[in-house]
Amino acid sequence: MAETVVPIHDHTVEETHLRHHFATPEQQMDAATLGMWTFLITEVLFFGGMFTAYAIYRGIYPAAFASTSEFMNVKIGATNTVVLICSSLTMAMAVRSAQLSNRAGLIKYLIGTMIFGTAFLVIKGFEYHAKWVEHLVPGFNFAFPEHPEFAHNAQILFFLYFCMTGMHALHMIVGLGLLTYLLIQGSRRVFHANYYAPVEMIGLYWHFVDIVWIFLFPLLYLIGHWHL
Amino acid sequence: MSSSEHVTPVHAHIPKVGTLVGVWATLVVLTIVTALVATVNLGELNIVVALIIAVSKASLVAWIFMGVRHTTSLTKLFVVAGLVWLGIMILITSSDYTSRTWTYQAQPWAHNPAGGKSR
Repeated sequence: MAETVVPIHDHTVEETHLRHHFATPEQQMDAATLGMWTFLITEVLFFGGMFTAYAIYRGIYPAAFASTSEFMNVKIGATNTVVLICSSLTMAMAVRSAQLSNRAGLIKYLIGTMIFGTAFLVIKGFEYHAKWVEHLVPGFNFAFPEHPEFAHNAQILFFLYFCMTGMHALHMIVGLGLLTYLLIQGSRRVFHANYYAPVEMIGLYWHFVDIVWIFLFPLLYLIGHWHL
Repeated sequence: MSSSEHVTPVHAHIPKVGTLVGVWATLVVLTIVTALVATVNLGELNIVVALIIAVSKASLVAWIFMGVRHTTSLTKLFVVAGLVWLGIMILITSSDYTSRTWTYQAQPWAHNPAGGKSR
């Protein structure tokens, strides 16, 4: 692909937002990356707590967990997985555009990422609504006439389902807010080849949220799928 | 350092478009594979295959999309440390729940006034 790479100009200290305690923009970038990963590790442990609870209860009640699969819409779950993967690609392209000082590309790919992110949440909303209609919301209207013997323990899975996908959706909403910030700053020509740390860091956050869903999809939707 | 002074450029590792699209295509294919494999009864192996695919996908996202491959050794160490900590949480919690129902067994080699019967 022939692409015009914008030559990297020297930027002033003001333009690179270089703080006085860093020697170079590169060193500042390495520090930001390390800090962001430290935050993401706390996020790994936050979601990890729920994944641990899932593993324990699935180990104790395997049959009850497997019985819930017929109520999970695999097509919608898989579609949402692909939607998120697409949003990760556009996010990676947005970071690349910022690295090349390509403002039009940055804005285009940021908007693309936001469209995929919003599509994910809308699809998720329809799914939640279906769960409500089918009386599968534990604590509010749970009914499990198909497998009365699992009515008690299957609620644990649906409780975990709403906790995990709900926290994931909340992270998506925060991510959309952060992308809006990038879009405003990007349109103001703040980012260029020597200053794109916010794009890169919010990109890391967005990809992390994608990774959480990559684990949620098989663990919540495909438990006892082969029964069906 | 005055603000008009110029600074050295950041030497960014700019990924190729082909690499990013390749990762995207691989992730989509693996999503379809994991959904199809789940329809086959592999017994205990269903969850193993699902997790292997999920870990592969997550590794691809972290290594290429998140650019771990180009980060400093310190950042890589932090990423691995985070996974080790996750492993500790899952391992120790699981060992607790697994061993809770274990009953105490008398140890015949130890002095036992109850005569070797379990307490």
